[in-house]
Amino acid sequence: MKSEYTDSIRKEFGSVILDENVSRNETYLTVKKDSAVKICDYLYHHFDAPLVSIFAADERKADGCFKIHYVFSLDKEDAFLIIKINIDEKSPEFSSITHKIPSANWYEREIQDMFGLVPKGHPDPRRLINFEDWPSDAYPLRKDFDIRTKLPRVKGEYVYRRVEGEGVYEIPVGPVHAGVIEPGHFRFSVAGEPILNLEIRHFYTHKGIEKLFENISIDKAVFLAERVSGDNSVAHAVAFCQAIEKIAGAKIPPRAKYTRTILLELERLYNHLGDIAGIATDVAYAFGAAHANRLKEEVMQLNESVTGSRLLRGMNTIGGVRRDIGGREELILEKLSSLNLDFSDLMELLFASPSVADRIETTGRLYNDIAKGLHVVGPAGRASGIDRDTRRDHPYAAYRELAFDVPVLKSGDVNARTRVRSDEVYESISLIEQALSRFSDGDIKVNIKEIPDGYALGYTEAPRGETLYWVKTSKNRIERCKVRDPSFCNWLAIEYAVLDNIVPDFPIINKSLSLSYSGNDM
Amino acid sequence: MTVEDELEIMGQRLNEKIKNIFGRSLHIREVDAGSCNACEVEVTALSNPIYDIERFGIHIVASPRHADMLLVTGPVTRNMELALLKTYNATPEPKLVAAMGSCACNGGIFGDTYASGGGIDKFIPVDVYIPGCPPRPQAVIFGLMVAVDKLDQKIRKKEA
Repeated sequence: MKSEYTDSIRKEFGSVILDENVSRNETYLTVKKDSAVKICDYLYHHFDAPLVSIFAADERKADGCFKIHYVFSLDKEDAFLIIKINIDEKSPEFSSITHKIPSANWYEREIQDMFGLVPKGHPDPRRLINFEDWPSDAYPLRKDFDIRTKLPRVKGEYVYRRVEGEGVYEIPVGPVHAGVIEPGHFRFSVAGEPILNLEIRHFYTHKGIEKLFENISIDKAVFLAERVSGDNSVAHAVAFCQAIEKIAGAKIPPRAKYTRTILLELERLYNHLGDIAGIATDVAYAFGAAHANRLKEEVMQLNESVTGSRLLRGMNTIGGVRRDIGGREELILEKLSSLNLDFSDLMELLFASPSVADRIETTGRLYNDIAKGLHVVGPAGRASGIDRDTRRDHPYAAYRELAFDVPVLKSGDVNARTRVRSDEVYESISLIEQALSRFSDGDIKVNIKEIPDGYALGYTEAPRGETLYWVKTSKNRIERCKVRDPSFCNWLAIEYAVLDNIVPDFPIINKSLSLSYSGNDM
Repeated sequence: MTVEDELEIMGQRLNEKIKNIFGRSLHIREVDAGSCNACEVEVTALSNPIYDIERFGIHIVASPRHADMLLVTGPVTRNMELALLKTYNATPEPKLVAAMGSCACNGGIFGDTYASGGGIDKFIPVDVYIPGCPPRPQAVIFGLMVAVDKLDQKIRKKEA
């Protein structure tokens, strides 16, 4: 990274930088606690650097304080700038930046629940992950909190935002839904059919994954990463492995890189096909839904014959992959070529159907400024004009050597999100074909015996978008693992996308955003 | 043997059992008690044109009040515990509970922690366990077959 950023921070704010540490493409700047808001605001608005994560770490034992990290992505330079502040245990609070950068909202509330550090001036200081029946002094990610603690249930009530007026009523939905989907609560305020307000209440599936990372061995942690969000297993596992490999300074063999790329794209294929099937189902286009579901199943069966797992699990490991997929190249190419033909037929029919167009055009519009403010990632962001893709902006695995387009649309409706996915299906097929044509013989894994103490970011573009891991290791164990699933960014967008739409269109809007509850709640 | 052949054999056997015991189709309510969503991927797959379990007399319903069986996934998170109990209580007797996936069986990789309950049977009685992470659709169909036999035994016991 150019030191331009550090220099301009110095020039703008004087001597606020306490410590500077550069490791590979990550620059860590520890700054004075009271200057974090203005520096983040400056980076975000002046340099247009997206804020991709905020997380805390309990380093009281080593450094006598908590640390909060604000991670900014510098897309053009394939670099990350991380602003750090130290927080003393005796005054466990920090200034909220949500009023300057809206996407900070949930991160700050997460830090409040998990570490007991209070974001001063936060516009919505309610609890997020710890429900109201959790005791108020339990902060699971603090080091002195034992993972096996069974907390008593206390009395408390969650207060929803109220919309009042003549003819306004509420529709509560969930956490157990009518369809086969994950649990979460939606509170609609409606007047007739149009939605006036939606409030989502999640974190029902909070399983304590980040705490669990700190309590298992690094090898086993790969399996845990695969289970953060089941249908994005590969993206999570690769992001985690890359973080560890970065800490170890290890280069994985080319064959492993290409294998990972193929797995990542197979995962994107079955996810996008499933999402298109879901949208077709929700607009009652049964014929299209059946076809898309059949194509998804074919990819899942291909996954099984290539890797032994329909969800491509158990393939990634620190240093490469665990199983050689050699000998299956022909099978993959054959399946992809028939998928390509069938899929293009299906898309032609789907987009030509007036009953589909009527339901998806202008529905669930997510405007570019809102998407940008909330840092919406992946296909949902690209359908609202946000031209970002981790595969291109921060290349990993074999993506640097492969050619692909990143489809970007502007209208931000369900139609655009469906089309972005449809275009990405063709790109994925082409990426796998390219990867197979460059597949060279060689090792599939490099042995990494010792993992040094250190920290690094690992990232991938999951089917849902940018997935981020920050791992800190110490004595061959994980000291802290921050997981940022794309859904954690995208969930709040649904509260805006549904406004002025009618309740019966909610399922389509929800499906088109393709959100993971488990990845969000962890 | 192809997936389709395996499926046809198991499906037909299951269909006969369901007809004998229920005289109608088996109604299932799926409950996610904190899974990672991989099990949901496979439950959804059961309804695709390849598996198409409706043809074997299995119907996934929208409410526990319509269900003969709960198909529960996930380790039962602290935040889902109450919702699971409410769903169980809303299901009419005689009812069956199938724990689907490693987490539902014993907590799986998430284990027994401050946030994860460590398996369904710590909270509600379970009739069958369908292991796997996630179980393949064929395994789920096999598990349903075992569960239906269990219901038969349950009814006989009551009558005797």
